Amino acid sequence: MTYLLQQTVNALNLGSIYALVAIGLTIVYGILRLINFAHGDMMTVGAYVALAALSALVLPVWSAMLLAMIVAGAIGIVIERLAYRPLRGSREVAMLITSLAISSLIQNSATMTLTAQPRPLRLPAELARRFEWAGLTIAPIDGLILLLSILLMVLLSLFVKYTTIGIAMRACSERVWTTHLMGVHVNRVIAVAFGVSAALAGIAGVLWSGKFGLVDPFTGFVPGLKAFVAAVIGGVGSIPGAMVGGYLLGFAEVFFVAFAPPALSGYRDAFVFVLLLAILLVRPAGLFGLEEGRRA
Amino acid sequence: MRSLYGWLALGAGAALVVLAEYRLNDYYQRVLAVVAINVILAVSLSLTNGFSGDVSLGHAAFMAIGAYASALLTMPASMKLLALPDLPAWLARLELPFALALLAAGVLAALAAFVVGIPVLRLRGHYLSVATLGLMVIVQVVALNWQTVTRGARGLNGLPPLTTLLWAYGWMLVSVIVIWRLVRSPFGRAMLAVREDELAAACRGVRVVRTRMLAFVTGAFFAGTAGALWAHLITAIAPASFSFFITFNVVAMVVIGGAGSITGAILGGVLMTLLPEWLRGIETSLAGSGRPLYGLSQIVIALLMLLVMIFRPQGLLGGRELTDLLRRPPPVRPGENEGAVGRAPR
Repeated sequence: MTYLLQQTVNALNLGSIYALVAIGLTIVYGILRLINFAHGDMMTVGAYVALAALSALVLPVWSAMLLAMIVAGAIGIVIERLAYRPLRGSREVAMLITSLAISSLIQNSATMTLTAQPRPLRLPAELARRFEWAGLTIAPIDGLILLLSILLMVLLSLFVKYTTIGIAMRACSERVWTTHLMGVHVNRVIAVAFGVSAALAGIAGVLWSGKFGLVDPFTGFVPGLKAFVAAVIGGVGSIPGAMVGGYLLGFAEVFFVAFAPPALSGYRDAFVFVLLLAILLVRPAGLFGLEEGRRA
Repeated sequence: MRSLYGWLALGAGAALVVLAEYRLNDYYQRVLAVVAINVILAVSLSLTNGFSGDVSLGHAAFMAIGAYASALLTMPASMKLLALPDLPAWLARLELPFALALLAAGVLAALAAFVVGIPVLRLRGHYLSVATLGLMVIVQVVALNWQTVTRGARGLNGLPPLTTLLWAYGWMLVSVIVIWRLVRSPFGRAMLAVREDELAAACRGVRVVRTRMLAFVTGAFFAGTAGALWAHLITAIAPASFSFFITFNVVAMVVIGGAGSITGAILGGVLMTLLPEWLRGIETSLAGSGRPLYGLSQIVIALLMLLVMIFRPQGLLGGRELTDLLRRPPPVRPGENEGAVGRAPR
């Protein structure tokens, strides 16, 4: 029973991070039909910013996290302006390839300037110290991940539901062209979407590296890909779908490792992508996604 | 190859390859062989990424499958006994000639592509990208964990060095000709139709999924053989050899050379082998000064790709082939209708 609870704690943690990253993917996909392969690398950016803030600037944790969000968000907006906006109106494939190039650019810039050597990201002791509680081994960071993620998701939902720009974002993801005709500044909406999405990935990166203790230039790549699986589970383009999908994937992955025979536990990443293939086979639209009709 | 000039060019090429085989030093031989392998990779990827219009990111995975398959099939039995004592008996005893191992490598990669293709190819194009990257992760994880067959992270080394220049260029010629013929067959026309407008193609009776599958599986077959050639050139493979980095470089070859053109893919393959090779020289020359710039060559490639996407999305050759350049311009160039009014909102 304790074992089950412990795994549940782990799954909630992992799921929270996947959900944060998946939301960012889904927001951008909803508007531009772009699978942003550089999204995971914004996690890396966030983690490095937090590392710099904690070790070089000796800032408190909360401000390091805020800084990571702001820097990642700003970089997201700049990338959109420089690399994606010139491609407006060209094929979807062009943006996808561009996002690959940006991913490679971020990874290799980090390798060149900061070396590929993994660096420890040490959170203050009062967050990272593990203690026993009712038979469970938990650290305050576990609780922080869960609470912070839920807080951010609530804020995001309110933002999308009630603010003007949030409403415009939802409108854009339904039909960009019509929204444009209604007098909405589509480019501004897209910039905001990229900013929000990158900021969420940035904080997710801090949480990820804070939990596992290391940052390297490739930290965010695989979690970014897995977050796409989470987005597909929930239905790409749907924000609540991304949240639910993130947690479902977190549970699936953790419980696979916890309950499959130990010989298989090395295959956890493979399991996630086999799961992706299975979902695409059975229900490509995910839980909340709409069937994408063919339009002429 | 119908004309006299074709045969002459072939003969001259063969003579050059033989000459290179005997006269050049090891370094240049290796670079030349890598050029041939990269051309195979680029041309095979251009089937999906250039002609049928999907973006496959699975080339590293297919190469890995081909490389491991061919390595296991050609390693001397005595060596397998030492390095991999727990192999199933039939595989431990098996020692195939290189040609058969090459074919097996291609077929296994094609099978993997087929399995991935079934759920994915009927969906919107970009699901393929994610699923093939997922395949890369799956293949890496399996290669890391399947100790009895792959030796895990240690990888397989001391493979027989079977990839001579003649093999590399001979097989390159075979793959280019097969893909050239395929693209100019009715299937190739169907691929173009699917790329330009899936719905319209379907309405004209093109079997969309089957067409995409053919492009994808054929591409994977040749990628698998390229992986085998590569394994027997470097003679050591490990799971980490087949990373995103490889896939990205092959995609860059197709994008920069010009998607939808076999000549472009060949050009991209050659350029994208020589340019990084040259840049790597700079990277390591700076290592002596205490500040190596590892990653520089990849940054240059990534920037180049960004610039190509913005300023020349059709790539260097823009869908034209060498034969078009020699004769007349084609009626419609792929990419010409990009940015047209109908596509504007997206």
